[in-house]
Amino acid sequence: MLKPHSYRGKLIVVEGIDGSGKSTQIDLLYKWLQTQGKSVYFSEWNSSPLVKSTTKMGKKQKMFTPTTFSLMQATDFADRWENQILPMLKAGVIVLADRYAFTAFARDVARGVDPEWVRNLYSFAPQPDLAFYFRVPVEIAVERILSGRAELKYYEAGMDLGLSDSKTTSFRLFQQRIIAQYDEMINEFGFVTIDGTDVVQNQQKLVRQIVRKNLLGWEGMPNPNLPLPPKRRPARKTAPQKEGGEA
Amino acid sequence: MTKAQFYGGGFPYRTMTDMPGKLIVLEGTDSVGRSTQIGLLRKWLEDEGFAVADTGLNRSPLTQVGLDQAKEGHTLGRQTMSLFYAADFADRLENLIIPALKAGFFVLSDRYFYSIIARDIVRGADPAWARKVYGFALKPDLTLYLRADVPTLVARMVYGRGFNYWESGMDIRCADNLYDSFCIYQSRLIEQFEFLAKEYNFVTIDANRPIEPVFADLKSQISALIEQDKTT
Repeated sequence: MLKPHSYRGKLIVVEGIDGSGKSTQIDLLYKWLQTQGKSVYFSEWNSSPLVKSTTKMGKKQKMFTPTTFSLMQATDFADRWENQILPMLKAGVIVLADRYAFTAFARDVARGVDPEWVRNLYSFAPQPDLAFYFRVPVEIAVERILSGRAELKYYEAGMDLGLSDSKTTSFRLFQQRIIAQYDEMINEFGFVTIDGTDVVQNQQKLVRQIVRKNLLGWEGMPNPNLPLPPKRRPARKTAPQKEGGEA
Repeated sequence: MTKAQFYGGGFPYRTMTDMPGKLIVLEGTDSVGRSTQIGLLRKWLEDEGFAVADTGLNRSPLTQVGLDQAKEGHTLGRQTMSLFYAADFADRLENLIIPALKAGFFVLSDRYFYSIIARDIVRGADPAWARKVYGFALKPDLTLYLRADVPTLVARMVYGRGFNYWESGMDIRCADNLYDSFCIYQSRLIEQFEFLAKEYNFVTIDANRPIEPVFADLKSQISALIEQDKTT
């Protein structure tokens, strides 16, 4: 486990290999939470404007080693943490993160960096309130990815590892290693494992159930743009008040 | 001979053996005269017939442009800056320092990760965290610490490039003006260097003196290292 946080907001993250369906699920969750009147903020892996040009150049010119790749991704995360995630959590917002430190723990270790070392890099990041792990067999993920896009990218396919000359084979082998790392982290970080082969709607139903339960009794920052819920009659002082109910 | 020894886990995906070159680090706060001395040392070593490579902070072709841009804006946070510099350092270590050492070069490093962690710690980083980030760092053959007091540094700034934002630690506003902030910031760095000097076995050289006697001391330290290598 990472260190627990005591911010007013909630941090919910999704993890899983490429093609596991996690982005679809977090998008549905984001929209649902908004319709519930929650203040929600979304942050995506590898999206810091400060780091973007460096990562882009490094990838294009194949300049990365496992260590520099890991450090640049950590820099990207740190920037999003300092400028986006942390202030949002302090303000009482639900932050949804598409990938979190666990992505680095899985991928960078699959690339060969020291597991202890990469865990230290991210030790400023707290344990999320919920970490969903979308688990799919590698074949299904590969099929989803390959049917959906023109070509695999160099680092995405783990070509830097020299596992195979074929991008597809390399991708498969690399993702298999990442799955092995994720599986080992299920207990270490208390992942909620979701069967990523199930139909989208069923997965979302389960995700919402778990999120609703986690948010019971919690009050973050209300969304000022939505009309306030109808006023309830004030409860009598002696009557036990029902906690939450509607998430 | 530079031993394949690291401060932590090193690069587990690389097979590392001892390298025929030498890694010599010059450390010290801003404007202690490191680059002047490195220029003199390079000439001296090349006159002696050694091949020399030099490197310094923020010279990585991977990170330099991005890091400079980030420093010009006003969104670069402390944690982000730490890790950006770590990426710069790792890139130069893997792609410049280690290959040069393998080729038998003398590598003169204008600062090492010690300066980076001193700056991180002065900015509030957890000292244990900062040290562990550099678990991949190679142990140098020799670290020469040019130590100068704040009045010396001030005089050098006045007669050199003048006071600037970063060297005065204005990002953490040690004071409401460049001069006072410079003095406070540099004295905090010197304080960190004192700890680092003990921990990492720096050879401390008094850099309050003029260029020539400082250079003579550096030369004699490096000569001793070369002699020692001949006998082993």
